[in-house]
Amino acid sequence: MSEANDAPVEQPASFAFTPANLAKAKAYIAKYPSGRQASAVLALLDLAQRQHDNWLPRAAMDVVADMLHMPRIRVYEVATFYSMVNLRPVGKHFFQICTTTPCWLRGSDEVVKACEKKLGITIGETTPDGLFTLTEVECLGACVNAPIIQVNDDFYEDLDGPATERLIEALKRGETPKPGSVIGRQTSAPVGGPQTLTDPSLAGVKR
Amino acid sequence: MLSDKDRIFTNLYGLHDWHLPGALARGDWDGTKDLILKGRDWIVNEVKNSGLRGRGGAGFPTGVKWSFMPKQSDRPTYLVVNADESEPGTCKDRDIIRHDPQKLVEGCLLASVGMGVHHCYIYIRGEFVNEAKHLETAIEEAYAAGLIGKNACGSGYDFELYLHRGAGAYICGEETALLESLEGKKGQPRLKPPFPAAVGLYGCPTTVNNVETIAVAPTILRRGASWFAGFGRPKNEGTKVYCISGHVEKPCNVEEAMSIPLRELIDTYAGGVRGGWDNLLGIIPGGSSVPVIPKSICDTVLMDFDALRDVKSGLGTAAVIVMDKSTDIVKAIARLSQFYKHESCGQCTPCREGTGWLWRVMERMVKGNASVEEIDALLDVSYQIEGHTICALGDAAAWPVQGLIRHFRPEMERRIKEYREAAARRAA
Repeated sequence: MSEANDAPVEQPASFAFTPANLAKAKAYIAKYPSGRQASAVLALLDLAQRQHDNWLPRAAMDVVADMLHMPRIRVYEVATFYSMVNLRPVGKHFFQICTTTPCWLRGSDEVVKACEKKLGITIGETTPDGLFTLTEVECLGACVNAPIIQVNDDFYEDLDGPATERLIEALKRGETPKPGSVIGRQTSAPVGGPQTLTDPSLAGVKR
Repeated sequence: MLSDKDRIFTNLYGLHDWHLPGALARGDWDGTKDLILKGRDWIVNEVKNSGLRGRGGAGFPTGVKWSFMPKQSDRPTYLVVNADESEPGTCKDRDIIRHDPQKLVEGCLLASVGMGVHHCYIYIRGEFVNEAKHLETAIEEAYAAGLIGKNACGSGYDFELYLHRGAGAYICGEETALLESLEGKKGQPRLKPPFPAAVGLYGCPTTVNNVETIAVAPTILRRGASWFAGFGRPKNEGTKVYCISGHVEKPCNVEEAMSIPLRELIDTYAGGVRGGWDNLLGIIPGGSSVPVIPKSICDTVLMDFDALRDVKSGLGTAAVIVMDKSTDIVKAIARLSQFYKHESCGQCTPCREGTGWLWRVMERMVKGNASVEEIDALLDVSYQIEGHTICALGDAAAWPVQGLIRHFRPEMERRIKEYREAAARRAA
């Protein structure tokens, strides 16, 4: 649900899956019993969105509906229900800033401010060069590494204002900063390193 | 303090290889065939005797739930694993999926044997793109090694496992909404009864379990019910992955015994409350849906289902959200009201209208722009939402507000008084 604004979206006249994505779509459909192909609707919408610059045009929904033998309205219902479906164009770097209470307690306000200041846009907007879109989302499920921004598929964790600005600068330079904790923490272990699971005999093969 | 040898998730932090060879070296898939051959009843009895209660929040005894599945069925039956981890504060399943995925895959097989199920779907939240890649790889590796699929582990048992990605909807963590979503519809909860064990996925008997519940099963079956039941208090047995977030020195996930004192959990593993224990204001001990408890309760309460129920809160997902004295507690809860308003599926009127109303009034309470009587109205409306909806989202929206009023009413009244005084001064 891209609910930021209601302005009409210029829709492409048609959509077709690439041959590679068509093969993927068929593999998704095969996961479900025969006659239950509608189960693949989210997977196919995601595939279409990824093929179409991270937003889902109406024509793609129609293609998916026809492939799954679903009434088109059922696909529109699904597409408007789930927050990860973008119904209008978004920037190349799609920022989803978590501001739910666990992130808010750790300073998500500063993260939002840093984004807005650095990019000169507010939540719900896209930069004129089409590079960045800012959105606010609900809990992303990485709360012990709060605050978090999801940029496209990747989580950037343990952020603060300055770290957020550095992230944006790196993306502007065309770099892809390493996802995960920006302060070098080992995933969800406490700062300074794990206090548990330190017995090497239990851990199996070291990578 | 739980010793490392009694921790189930030995790669919780991802220090080691998450692929199949690493998992095998850590003891996963050890003697799985023998466990399968011990049969359905043995598996269910072991899980019953272990005292395992569902780790997704409701705490229903897992073995009992598994026993509800029909012994004979002319239709297919399903296990659906709920990996739609979205409860604010909760990030434990994410670690299991990205760092110890074979524990989940093996658990899916053994739980399915325990229920006579041959088809399993794991429903993972859409935002966990990279986590889903790990799990998809883990499933492929298990198939390639003959651990799942036809004649799984050489046991003669056929078992198919599929990964299904969601697309961003908290409500799909509710089991019947999850099934609707898995069927390709909007994630709107179904009326119960019929329960999924009778009419679930595609109208067939289905059990829905949380990731952690399923992932601990292989270790319980290998080490024995009595080993698992040796941790925690009676009816609250086992180990648990806790997520400690908010105002602590070192937020982290950690696996510990059930029934550990809340203060010991925070002091031992999270470096204590920021500014010391005396700087604590309150804690949401089990994810956003459970009521906040003030420091006076946090001082002594144990982290288990019954102890937290007795103080009118809940263990939920064991997601401990810590708030120190710098916290605007009214705003912290108002933000949760906004969350529930955003995530209501809109199906039931008390929830669709009520969550928005709660949020709007809570936003005024943050400023104090309200009357004292409105605190009672807030409480009253929360009781009108609670228990009057198809699913528990209505309850989950009501409880944080109720917890706030129960323990922090003087703070709300203070704000109202200050706001009125400031308004009077401006008028004068």
